[in-house]
Amino acid sequence: MKISSLFSSSGEWARNDGPHHQIVISSRVRLARNLRGHPFPGWAKKNDRLQILELIKPQVEALPEMDDALSSYLQELTALEKQVLVERHLISREHAAKGAGSAVVVNKKQTLSIMINEEDHLRMQVLRPGLQLRNAFKALDKVDTALETKLDYAFHPQLGYLTACPTNVGTGMRASAMVHLPGLVLSDQINQVIQAINKIGLAVRGLYGEGTEAMGNLFQISNQITLGEPEEDIISQLNNIIEKIIENEGNARQNLLQKKPGTLLDNIGRAFGILSHAYAITSKEALNLLSFLKLGVDLGFFPPERQAEIDDFFVITQPAHLQSNASQPKLSPEERDALRAEIIRERLKVFPNPNTSKVVIPKPPTEETHHE
Amino acid sequence: MVCDVCKTNQTTVFLTQIVEGKMQKVNLCESCSKEKGVTDPLSFALVDLLPGLGAEQEVEKGAPVQRCPSCGFTQADFKKTGRLGCPVCYDTFAEGLSGLLKAMHRKTAHVGKIPARLKRTIELGVRMKQLKRDLDKAVSDENYETAAQLRDQLRELEQTP
Repeated sequence: MKISSLFSSSGEWARNDGPHHQIVISSRVRLARNLRGHPFPGWAKKNDRLQILELIKPQVEALPEMDDALSSYLQELTALEKQVLVERHLISREHAAKGAGSAVVVNKKQTLSIMINEEDHLRMQVLRPGLQLRNAFKALDKVDTALETKLDYAFHPQLGYLTACPTNVGTGMRASAMVHLPGLVLSDQINQVIQAINKIGLAVRGLYGEGTEAMGNLFQISNQITLGEPEEDIISQLNNIIEKIIENEGNARQNLLQKKPGTLLDNIGRAFGILSHAYAITSKEALNLLSFLKLGVDLGFFPPERQAEIDDFFVITQPAHLQSNASQPKLSPEERDALRAEIIRERLKVFPNPNTSKVVIPKPPTEETHHE
Repeated sequence: MVCDVCKTNQTTVFLTQIVEGKMQKVNLCESCSKEKGVTDPLSFALVDLLPGLGAEQEVEKGAPVQRCPSCGFTQADFKKTGRLGCPVCYDTFAEGLSGLLKAMHRKTAHVGKIPARLKRTIELGVRMKQLKRDLDKAVSDENYETAAQLRDQLRELEQTP
């Protein structure tokens, strides 16, 4: 499969029709694996890396899941193509910086991606729309079990799967869910929630993982501990926490509707107004405003069939996606901001105005507070 | 709780540091914390404190640099990158890593998936270890009948291909 045909359709995980899709954008599980008797990629000499790559790549390509997959050496990809893969969460930002000696294999549906010679010899991940951590793990476990019959994994009787970084040793598994929490952000409860999540040993990160900023009220929640707990328990614990967060976010939205409908409507209305009329918009501003548009669909201010379109905006307005759809070869940041605004403006022309008729704004209290 | 460095004095300084987004915890006594300059958080890194991984410590003691026999990796390299060189490094630097792993994961033994081809060997190893412990106990308790049974079981396991 060619990269152009991969790019022509968005990934199945981005369709956003999974369980609890209003709040959980996607679920992801990744496993880190290394080969016995070989140095880790970061310490390996170039020849070692090339040798490891040729051991692993044919086995990955031969997986039944990888039928008609995109399989590419990193040096064969342009910087723009790599960036599109990053924006689709199919490779890490670190992997995008790699050249010869590394590769990536992505299945047709863009739900399974395997990075070869990232930080570890193998970084495999499954992405699913909505809250589907268990399904994602099951699918990835199957791939891992198939590969272990062909590849001699580095496994330690006491420490489990050995990884370049000691933070991944044991299961080598990191499970995460991308959640959209505008309700908790608007009601100033988000910091409390993040602290509670951190306390039980889970990490909260921004849109593109470690060290990235939270934009568009999107947060990535993942396990930190990889040693001393079985995979199923880690998945269950994370799943339970995400379910709790869904509940909290749902309550926060209801509360806002009842107690601060004005604030809510103002945010959604302004977002719609700016996005409909802006002539230059950065990806950060777009994400933050799109978040309110998405919330508007969830709350019934826009017809539900508009959801897919809004979800699509989140991806197509990212810098590399904009560039790869542009006719002009190298857009400056200003040109990108203009093009982004234009695309959103055009598409929102056919959008109905937010229907807020169902929301009752309570009149300001008079009797209780009024004293003669 | 005793100090992680000298392993004798009572801990008075509980230190948590975020390195590359990962939390690390170290417990120190008064004198070790002063010696390591912990009062100035900018001047040190946790990896320096953990025995076996701290390059500075090795220099202080004048001990030879520990080098992984398989890939040539040293503690100084770990300090620089936060990553290990190869799978064998986990045995080479086992002593220093155990504290670090405990701080990161709270536990130090894997209980999850085992590759199918290693499963039997690993489970056999665990079972034999347990039998050997039981056997030693039976012998020291002068419980010779049980000891004889355990010895037979062990022999049987040793002979399984």
